[in-house]
Amino acid sequence: MTTISASTPAARPVDWPAILREAALTAFVALLLTVPLVGLRSVDQPTGLGLDTRFDQVAAVTLLVFLGRLGLGLIREGRALVVLVLSLLAAAAGFFIELPSEELRVLLIAGGAVLAIRAALTLVTNRSTLSQAERDKRMDRVAAKVQHASRWLAPIGILFAVAFPMMPFADRQLIDIGILLLTYIMLGWGLNIVVGLAGLLDLGYVAFYAVGAYSYALLAHYFGFSFWLCLPLAGLLAAFSGVLLGFPVLRLRGDYFAIVTLGFGEIIRIVLINWYDFTGGPNGISGIPRPTFFGIADFSRNGADGLPSFAEMFGLEFSTVHRIIFLYYLILVLALLVSLFTLRVRKLAIGRAWEALREDDIACASLGINRTNMKLAAFAIAAMFGGFAGSFFATRQGFISPESFTFIESAIILAIVVLGGMGSQLGVVVATFLVIGLPEFFRELEQYRMVAFGLGMVLIMLWRPRGLLAHRDPTILLHGRAKGTQTGSTQAAGGTAP
Amino acid sequence: MTTADMTNHMTSNNTAGAPLLTVEHLTMRFGGLVAVNDVSFEARGREITAVIGPNGAGKTTLFNCITGFYSPTVGRMTLRHPDGKSFLLEQMPGFRISQKAGVARTFQNIRLFGGMSALENLMVAQHNKLMRASGFGVAGLFGLPSYSRVEKESVELAKYWLDRVRLTELADWQASNLPYGAQRRLEIARAMCTEPVLLCLDEPAAGLNPRESADLAEILTYIRDKHETGVLLIEHDMSVVMKISDHVVVLDYGRKISDGDPDFVKNDPAVIRAYLGEEEDEELPPEVAADLGAELHDGKGA
Repeated sequence: MTTISASTPAARPVDWPAILREAALTAFVALLLTVPLVGLRSVDQPTGLGLDTRFDQVAAVTLLVFLGRLGLGLIREGRALVVLVLSLLAAAAGFFIELPSEELRVLLIAGGAVLAIRAALTLVTNRSTLSQAERDKRMDRVAAKVQHASRWLAPIGILFAVAFPMMPFADRQLIDIGILLLTYIMLGWGLNIVVGLAGLLDLGYVAFYAVGAYSYALLAHYFGFSFWLCLPLAGLLAAFSGVLLGFPVLRLRGDYFAIVTLGFGEIIRIVLINWYDFTGGPNGISGIPRPTFFGIADFSRNGADGLPSFAEMFGLEFSTVHRIIFLYYLILVLALLVSLFTLRVRKLAIGRAWEALREDDIACASLGINRTNMKLAAFAIAAMFGGFAGSFFATRQGFISPESFTFIESAIILAIVVLGGMGSQLGVVVATFLVIGLPEFFRELEQYRMVAFGLGMVLIMLWRPRGLLAHRDPTILLHGRAKGTQTGSTQAAGGTAP
Repeated sequence: MTTADMTNHMTSNNTAGAPLLTVEHLTMRFGGLVAVNDVSFEARGREITAVIGPNGAGKTTLFNCITGFYSPTVGRMTLRHPDGKSFLLEQMPGFRISQKAGVARTFQNIRLFGGMSALENLMVAQHNKLMRASGFGVAGLFGLPSYSRVEKESVELAKYWLDRVRLTELADWQASNLPYGAQRRLEIARAMCTEPVLLCLDEPAAGLNPRESADLAEILTYIRDKHETGVLLIEHDMSVVMKISDHVVVLDYGRKISDGDPDFVKNDPAVIRAYLGEEEDEELPPEVAADLGAELHDGKGA
């Protein structure tokens, strides 16, 4: 208390009217929001849909918001200790005393805890808030540390991913989630080439995913091609469609480019729906052949198409998990391929040109870089990886329909790239776990699942507007790591030219 | 070969090199506005040619035409390499002018790749060379030795220019974190890493303090003398222009009003009029009127 009052300009009296006004205003906003969201509830009645009111909860929520804001105001005014004690008391009360509803109790405990943490932080750091710039800098340092740690984190992660299906706790469902995560990681890494490196905002990435999936499904359906033949073909076809789209579109910039790619994604989907004779329309294509074990064994019980059964061939007990595990390794290898490609290409002229295009494409032209070709290359390569992922998706599901390739898929993949931090490979992995993994793990939360998802997004946007791990390491260093970027950022202000 | 050697020999003796860039009757219209109006001039190799003029005189437009950012309405721009090849710049798409013809430029408002390190900026400048060596990505992807050799050479060239513009210490800094003067110098180094025959600088001394300007002048004379590169320079800082340029072109309202060596231009009445305005019939302070009267009288007498 004394330290606070010593550091603030005199122990000035608390400006009660201002704080109360602020708290009342916040409570009013909360009231406006909670009346429709919490206060009204539709219930099934024998006569039809009826409305139930829960205004007691609205009042409780509004009061809590009022008190919370009051607490924040008091912390700012230098009364952190009082707030700390009171908020701890509130949390304890929520914990021990019986309350009318469970939600209220959670709210009270969580709100009290958050406020207490905030007050405690203020007491420790002697400051009520960090400025945006300071917060950014602090977060950047964390991101840089993680980036440097990725030298040993990445191998550990890969080792874990390889060992995962053999772990005792890895059941069928977990491996399935693993496959899903890896598919999105691969898509994220693929889109990262276009968005993160080349700086082209592509809102229709799912189109290439669809092209890949349908390439395999249709080639298998009409010509009976096997998965291993179709995988490269699907990649090629997707890359081709990327070039086809790229030619007219790449002269556009920024927002216009994004809009056209968005349109392209929709065009592909609508064509798939309406070309009934060829694609099966909204019914999709079913009975897509499952992958064989590199064309030498099949994963069914007795083998198929003249191939022996995988279990028999390796003298194993037959299990349906074998195929799942095989699919898991397949997508792991595909995803790592994309990652490896990105890691290598960043150090090449073409990768540097992509990053330069993202930074300033007029300067690129002045250096004799053929911008159209570079962008086309980025587009085609990313599309190719999308195509690989698509044909994997088709063979895993065994059934595809245009439903799987809606805009929301593009948005999710883009969210993974942006939240992870543009251009960061590790960021994509972390963001995939957040965006795909968490909702998958927290299926028990039911209707609150999407609320939690939205809350997470908002928090990331507030704390890390440039993405979780937005930190770029130079691709080439003259002086080695010791004198590298870290000194660059800390000495920037004091550094003067010789 | 002997004739080529001879011309080389001659040019190195002469202060004036062979004509490098010839601009003839260049006109650039934007709708009704004529930004550059029938401008012709010549820039020679191993010379610093300065383009000066009041604000809005069309200097940057002229630059944008030469470097391919605009295609001129009328006119011809011929670039003659010392080895005899020649290029018609107005017929080339923008990026080829740097790639094939060897014209590099800097920008009035610095355009570095801010998120990348200083060294990376210089590596990007050597894009075309590295692309060819990496077999358009394929050989590089698999790390073939032919590529790593060329890459090593590129790093050496980048180091050389970092050293020249005194940025070696700051090579690994993010370009946007560099001090302003360093960013200006890095941009010049980046342009030089494309190994150009003509370097176009758009107000390189803008925002520099006198010491940095002197540094800049030194770098530019070094480029002229040691690299056989012609320098075309837009500049407002007359101390820099008059000190280092061999040839000055003056534009006003899109027209060329004077062309010659710095001393000639400095004393050209047309230039003085453009910069200081016309004489007007105003009440002059008595001592000025007396001076003027004496001068006029002298003029009549002579």
